[in-house]
Amino acid sequence: MRLKIPSNFRIIRVPCTGKVDVIHILRAFEKGADGVYVVGCMEGDCHFNEGNFRARKRVEQAAKILDQVGVGGERVKMFNLSAGEGPLFAQFSIEMDNIIRELGPSPIRVAKQKKKDAA
Amino acid sequence: MIIAEKKPIEEIIDEVKDFNRLLILGCNECVTVCEAGGKKEVEILASALRMYFINKGDEKVITENTLERQCDHEYLEELRSNIDDYDAIVSLACGVGVQFAAEKYLTTPLIPGVNTVCLGANEDRGLWTERCQACGSCVLARTGGICPVSRCAKRVLNGPCGGSTNGKCEISKDVDCAWQLILDRLKALDKMGDYEKIAPIKDWSTDRAGGPRTVTREDVKI
Repeated sequence: MRLKIPSNFRIIRVPCTGKVDVIHILRAFEKGADGVYVVGCMEGDCHFNEGNFRARKRVEQAAKILDQVGVGGERVKMFNLSAGEGPLFAQFSIEMDNIIRELGPSPIRVAKQKKKDAA
Repeated sequence: MIIAEKKPIEEIIDEVKDFNRLLILGCNECVTVCEAGGKKEVEILASALRMYFINKGDEKVITENTLERQCDHEYLEELRSNIDDYDAIVSLACGVGVQFAAEKYLTTPLIPGVNTVCLGANEDRGLWTERCQACGSCVLARTGGICPVSRCAKRVLNGPCGGSTNGKCEISKDVDCAWQLILDRLKALDKMGDYEKIAPIKDWSTDRAGGPRTVTREDVKI
């Protein structure tokens, strides 16, 4: 297919989005990520029945925490597609890239950089 | 088990803002099962606090630890060797754990990270409901295994009261009338005869009304 997708994100493969926990998302932000998006199977199509529903809940929980600590819950998103939808994956990646570019760098990354520059 | 609820992060931030070296201390028992203060919640709270304070330019040293139990000497003793490394401890254990840790480490401020709610059961995913009020003298044998002390708003022992309508309590349409549940269960058990027996006046001195309670077992003391 050779689809064009932004090259500024790292794919972390998990056996099912149900494996993704709130702490995994938070750690990414703690390390300076500007955004995180979780891409799961279509709702109702989970091989483990509820994996993607669990992931959605955890994304919501992470977003709430990010709002509370001043990072911004809009930096984390959940998308659903089927395994055969490469073009949709590319579209979601571009969509997420646009959202993050609009929001600018994560305040954590900015604060960390400031500290590094001061040292 | 003891049911607890996470405190809002804002409240915890407000309590810890003046300390520089924090220990977030979880408990592996009840609060782990009710997803309020186990290892996972410790990691999440520590990460959230780290991000908040980095963002504010006030970086703190935040350490994570989860003990097997916070209501036992032997596990709390594990902290003794490095207790001086912390300016304060945020304990995600129930009120018992927080207090026991506070009694043990007199000069370290203890901050609760959860609100302890009740003794309850995990009725459904994400739903915990009260089942026992620890009144100290159990009446369940006479009430079909359903507790009128914890589940009836009035704690009536010869119920139901006049507020029972269609099996619901007058305090809320979502609350079952405990005495309706008791009647249904006694019927199912074919023990309606028990319902006719008048319960004697309950000895409330074993409840909180008699002050803090203790259990002493000479037979197990060493």
